[in-house]
Amino acid sequence: MRLRSVIAVLVAVAVVALLVFGLLSKGNSRIAVGEEAPAPELAKLGESGKGSLKEYRGKWVLVNFWASWCEPCREEAPALVKFQGEHGGKNFTVVGIDTQDISDDGAKFAEEFGLPYPLLHDGGGDNAHEFGTTGVPENFLLEPNGKVAWETPGPVDAKVLEEEVVPLLPPKSEAS
Amino acid sequence: MRARRAGTALLVLAALTALLLPTAAGAASALRTELNEIEAEVMCPICGTLLELAESPEATREKAFVEKLVKQGKSKDEVKDALVAQYGEAVLAEPKGSGFNLSAYLVPIIAFAVAVVLLALAIWRWRRAAGSREDHKPEIEGPSDEERERLDADLARYDL
Repeated sequence: MRLRSVIAVLVAVAVVALLVFGLLSKGNSRIAVGEEAPAPELAKLGESGKGSLKEYRGKWVLVNFWASWCEPCREEAPALVKFQGEHGGKNFTVVGIDTQDISDDGAKFAEEFGLPYPLLHDGGGDNAHEFGTTGVPENFLLEPNGKVAWETPGPVDAKVLEEEVVPLLPPKSEAS
Repeated sequence: MRARRAGTALLVLAALTALLLPTAAGAASALRTELNEIEAEVMCPICGTLLELAESPEATREKAFVEKLVKQGKSKDEVKDALVAQYGEAVLAEPKGSGFNLSAYLVPIIAFAVAVVLLALAIWRWRRAAGSREDHKPEIEGPSDEERERLDADLARYDL
């Protein structure tokens, strides 16, 4: 009888442990406006060394998750290049994160579109997973303190950037 | 004379072609086999399936990456290492046997061992209980003298 009790307790503990593990390892939920964005160290794309979103604290950052194999990413790239040209400076930058992609392919994509902003490589998609993305492209605007100010799944274009992102940025006179 | 030389040249060319064609076909077949082996052992991270089963654009790029490395003469392990460098360890269909990943191999072995021990224990207890029942079985005694006499009398009465 005593042995049976021990076995029953062991089985119960194993079941509870499995349930807890299942809950902890379930997919991350998407980070919401007002939450702090994860900023792990990632390899820089097309160059050696590592970088992190933390390096851009103090300025507004539009984080763009993309991949070279993603067709909508190709469609939105020119708009982001133009936006960086118009608004990039000491108070704002776009940061591209090439995710779930081969670095050589990502570097070719960056060269093809002449991406002028900092680029990181998140090959396994862990960082994108932490943001709670469900695909590419996805965009998150971070405040200077690293908190999410705006986000959108799917590609952006010049109109969306102008109507939804620009009003959140500091006035141009401050942003040069 | 010229025609004979041309004929000889053609014959040599045909012989060389016949020799080289199977070699080229064999090389292509070996390449395909190696690609198939690797694609069966790695994942398409975004698809969540084995690379050999994936058909997404990302999987197509990953397959091209693998093929490029195999054509460069890289071994299976070198290709896998290159994939891990690109995608992280999640790209491996079977986790490496170290750290937390070791549990993927140890847990089934431990579970099997525990199951065997529990089964052995159950059988031992069952046999012991059965033996105990045997020990406590009441002894069957034969008929007493009085009963035997009565039985003989009854049988004699019905003796036809």
